[in-house]
Amino acid sequence: MSIFVDKNTRLLVQGITGRDGSFHTMQMVKYGTNVVAGVTPGRGGQKVEGVPVFNSVAEAVRKTDANTSVIFVPAKFAPDAVYEAADAGVKLVVCISEGIPAIEMVKVVAYLKEKECRLIGPNSPGVVSSGEAKVGILPGHIFKKGNIGVVSRSGTLTYEIVDQITKSGLGQSTCLGIGGDPIIGTKFIDCLELFAHDQNTEAVVVVGEIGGRDEQDTAVYVKENFKKPVFGFIAGKTAPADKRMGHAGAIISGTAGTAAEKIKAFEENGIKVGETPAEVARLIKEHFG
Amino acid sequence: MKVHEYQAKEIFKKYGILTPKEKMCRTVDEVMAAAREIGVPCVIKAQVMVGGRGKAGGIKLAKTENEVKQHAESILNMEIKGIPVKKVLVSEAVDIGSEAYLGIIVDRTEKKTVVMACKEGGVEIEEIARQKPEAIYKVYADSLLGMMSHKAREIGLFLYDDPKIAFECASVVSKLYRLFVALDSSLAEINPLVLERTGRLIALDAKINFDDNGLYRHPDVEAMRDRESEDENELLAKEQDLSYVRLSGNIGCVVNGAGLAMATMDLVKHFGGEPANFLDIGGSSSPEKVMNALKILLKDENVRVIFFNIFGGITRCDDVANGILQAKETLNIKHPIVARLTGTNEDKAMEILKEAGLIFAKTMDDGAQKAIALLK
Repeated sequence: MSIFVDKNTRLLVQGITGRDGSFHTMQMVKYGTNVVAGVTPGRGGQKVEGVPVFNSVAEAVRKTDANTSVIFVPAKFAPDAVYEAADAGVKLVVCISEGIPAIEMVKVVAYLKEKECRLIGPNSPGVVSSGEAKVGILPGHIFKKGNIGVVSRSGTLTYEIVDQITKSGLGQSTCLGIGGDPIIGTKFIDCLELFAHDQNTEAVVVVGEIGGRDEQDTAVYVKENFKKPVFGFIAGKTAPADKRMGHAGAIISGTAGTAAEKIKAFEENGIKVGETPAEVARLIKEHFG
Repeated sequence: MKVHEYQAKEIFKKYGILTPKEKMCRTVDEVMAAAREIGVPCVIKAQVMVGGRGKAGGIKLAKTENEVKQHAESILNMEIKGIPVKKVLVSEAVDIGSEAYLGIIVDRTEKKTVVMACKEGGVEIEEIARQKPEAIYKVYADSLLGMMSHKAREIGLFLYDDPKIAFECASVVSKLYRLFVALDSSLAEINPLVLERTGRLIALDAKINFDDNGLYRHPDVEAMRDRESEDENELLAKEQDLSYVRLSGNIGCVVNGAGLAMATMDLVKHFGGEPANFLDIGGSSSPEKVMNALKILLKDENVRVIFFNIFGGITRCDDVANGILQAKETLNIKHPIVARLTGTNEDKAMEILKEAGLIFAKTMDDGAQKAIALLK
């Protein structure tokens, strides 16, 4: 068991013929993901890594029963790619594209509300269910099958923490990056709701960062609703105010959204916070003996 | 991206929002000429992109020509929060009846655009949000249909009892919303929105911030960028697809990924060091990108040690290694370099760098500690 993606995932890659799309298709196939189709308008009939390419998502879904899509198209075209996937009946869309204007994302989120379609991202590194499926750009070799769920706003920092967990001898059930943008489809709490019912997940790591109040809301949710142990890490303790730290969503506005405020919320609500990524792995290891 | 008040007001005018008669000036002579044209009394306002200009003495009412000169001289020579004032706005003095607040942002929690109104204007909204959040009236726009007229009227009627003024305010709300969406803003604010004794509604101050992700489709907005008021290295980094923020320490950090870059700064601090910067070289980085990153980093004279923390995924460690080698040769780098390169092609990277005189670290903890030890 796992959340979002597994052995039953039938993956479609939007933007499969692009540089990133084709490279990561290869990596996802190598991991054992069932990649059934690719879409690039105008390139129908070609093949990438043995995967058939179609001109539209609707056609790809009709012919291959794809149920999940991963988007590698440039930011300018990414909102339409999400709409196309949702209109074709795809149930889960993982958007890797970075740089979509927030106002476009507001519309995307509203449009998807009318559909039975979940969006992860944008600006997400993807989702991995260890040993089952890898959707996105996370490096497959760092994962090990296990019982720790990981959900993060970041990419490489997530790899760092996953790697430390693996090296400590434990493994992961599902790990995902929800994206570094201010407006995203799936938030920490949405993931925790699913982790709560996942039999293979025994504990969850929440990796947050400066900006917004998603971590604070998550902390309250955990205290009130979540029974499994939760560990946390917050990046950006040394970040100055009013400066965007890479991610569009990683910005302290005046005095709101600081790391200190988030760490306090975590600690007050029973989430054990690691001072460093290594300490997060250590805390989990100690907990499970 | 931020723009000055005078630029935000130009945008307001374009969208039909009433602003005072005013003129941007760079010298005392220009101010004198503008004051004669606009009329005295007038207000002289420092144009710097920080809050608290008024408290810092950057906004002054001049009742006589003599005072215009005095204030122009003092404001054009002042620094506000460390930023020298290079421009002022000479503005018509407005007969203030009452002041209100009107602002639009994208609400991250609700994932919607929200208009915020408050009967108290002129105060920073964050201050009100902290002290009496109930004083802020919020109306969410429909994400697909936009700001419906009846919702704009709802805001007008909240702020003003007189229906005529309330409906005029509704029109201001609609215009502000239109420009917010059309220009990919992240904040559009009128603070204060003034009701003059004559009954006119006028935007006395204006603030617009833009979503950096939207700038690609607004070259006219990009053209408003005041390069002088931004950090030159941060701009340079942006142009090279890097993300850099200067801090005050002496350990220069080069990292792939924003989250890991922040965590690296935090780790340096955790072990007792001081990070010199945030620097994210992004994914799929070429040797050239590493070179560019080092060029920017080395402009900071405080940097004494360089700490590479790379977790290879799409980023290949051998690309980073080649970049370090090239940079060492062409830029003549004397600084000690601590390198923690792990993930994709790390073995190749080690092979490339084995003769380069670097200090290698196995983990990021190890790397941070080694970098700090080098300072002693």
